[in-house]
Amino acid sequence: MKKLKEVFSELWKNRVLYLMMVPTIVWVAVFCYVPMYGVLIAFKDFSYKKGIWGSPFVGLKNFEFLFRYKGVGRIFFNTIFLNILFITATTLLSIFFAIVFSEIAGRVYSRIVQTIAIFPHFVSWTVVAMFMHGLIGGSGSITTALVNHFGSSPNFYAEPAWWPLVLTILRIWQGVGYGTIVYVAVITGLDREIYEAAKVDGAGRLQIILKITLPQLKVTAIMLTLMSIGKIFNGDFGMIYAIVGENTNLLPTTDVIDTFVYRALRQLNNLGMSTATSLFQSVIGLILVFATNALTKKVEPDAAIF
Amino acid sequence: MKKDNLQTTQTKKKGKEDFVFDLVIYLLAAAFCIFCLYPFAIILGSSFETETNFALHGFPVIPKDFTTKAYKMVLGDSQIFKAYGVTIFTTVAGTLLSMFLTITMAYPLSLKKVKYRNIITFFVYFTMLFGGGLVPTYLLISKTLNMKNNLIVLILPVAFIAWNMFLMRNFFAGLPGELAESAYIDGANDLQILVKIILPVSVPGIATISLFYALNYWNQWFNAMLYIEKQDLVPLQYLLMRMLRTVDAMKEMARSTGIAVGDIPQNSLRMATTVVAIGPVVFLYPFAQKYFTSGLTVGAIKG
Repeated sequence: MKKLKEVFSELWKNRVLYLMMVPTIVWVAVFCYVPMYGVLIAFKDFSYKKGIWGSPFVGLKNFEFLFRYKGVGRIFFNTIFLNILFITATTLLSIFFAIVFSEIAGRVYSRIVQTIAIFPHFVSWTVVAMFMHGLIGGSGSITTALVNHFGSSPNFYAEPAWWPLVLTILRIWQGVGYGTIVYVAVITGLDREIYEAAKVDGAGRLQIILKITLPQLKVTAIMLTLMSIGKIFNGDFGMIYAIVGENTNLLPTTDVIDTFVYRALRQLNNLGMSTATSLFQSVIGLILVFATNALTKKVEPDAAIF
Repeated sequence: MKKDNLQTTQTKKKGKEDFVFDLVIYLLAAAFCIFCLYPFAIILGSSFETETNFALHGFPVIPKDFTTKAYKMVLGDSQIFKAYGVTIFTTVAGTLLSMFLTITMAYPLSLKKVKYRNIITFFVYFTMLFGGGLVPTYLLISKTLNMKNNLIVLILPVAFIAWNMFLMRNFFAGLPGELAESAYIDGANDLQILVKIILPVSVPGIATISLFYALNYWNQWFNAMLYIEKQDLVPLQYLLMRMLRTVDAMKEMARSTGIAVGDIPQNSLRMATTVVAIGPVVFLYPFAQKYFTSGLTVGAIKG
């Protein structure tokens, strides 16, 4: 009883502030927490007529169906494999170009270069899908150039083997400039005195980069990588669906969990399996976030999220 | 004398090494920029190319036979203007709503005197770790809330992004506490303090977060794909996507500009529409870039 009184007195004391938060709390409750209740569908034989509550329980049938689904292993593999490619490529190149950018002496050139490099990040994947059609489509400029020089060209939109490479290059295009921002900030924040001292000792610029700059970027790189590993089970739906769409030729290498969930809803119309897949993904994702956070704590206690 | 000589040859050698090093650095940076810009050059060049050249010469950076036919079609039809209207409306109205939801949450959570801020923070933070997934969200929006074919569906379900709210909260928490203190003594309440004192000094932070939201609205197509079937309510990005996948949208353009369906310059038309769609972003981006960069580096790593 006393506790309740305390709660009310706190709410009353800061009533303006608590009232202020009500609209957003309602939004989060409706658009984030109500769908969480919907995960029940993963355990039900869902029908629109009966609704979520009225549909009969079927235990783990939907999960069974999912794990027996032909090609499900491929989907999990693609999700993780593509993410590993993306993380490796963008991390290494972001560090590389952060160093390149920070070595540029001319300030105007440096600003122009960085402005251009970051720009692709702000373009939507639908625009990327458009120019990919112009680059590697039937009469794309790359396809045509290959035909002109070598007499033939792969039919990119029919050969899945090319797509891990194609998607990784796109990720580099879209993410590396943006990825350099954090590293450039770290480099600019580094102690100038060490650099001066190294120069006096006669160290070359390459030596300084390898022996002083790179080691100082290690912690940031490890932290950011751990954060990405926490999301390794999440496929990039926006990218893959915008570019690959429903091109079944390319599914063997591009179908990831998120595109599969979408197909299960829209094409297979199997809401139970779709929800079961999302739930499985969310649970693994949650475990990964906690695991990587624990690791982060070991590397850099300040960087841990909780 | 001898020592002096030695030193000059050393600095000379160093100078040459430095020059080569600088050259490599400048070239690497330039190469990366070309890599970033080449796709845009293809889009722009191809949008002016005559259609019959595509099959033979591919998509050009510099068109062989310059024509503005594709632009006449895009701009001669009402579809692109409607899509523009939808996108601008959702971007402006959406960003305003988003900032309202974000600031009213971020400000109280940045204050130590709000005793239950940790519970509420967790309530929001948890949604970043776990979600219901596509199907429950789809059912909620299309069945329970019945938002299909309504512009609201392009705004409300994406109006709040927890990550942005935490950035905003960190920004508020970084402001000096004395600002509010003196106003308190003068008898102002929290809302007055927020509006009259905190917001005016938070313009950089507000600009950054607004840009994040605005870009999100400008680039969205997923909710349109799921919930919008009416032609008139299709936003720009989804129009682009439909043009790439089907010829329906292009047939519509052909009809209203009096061009035979067989004569549709499919490739240049797609590229011209893309140019029209990304134009504003290209022009605004150089001014907005510094806010994006600062938003990412100021307390972005810690959530």
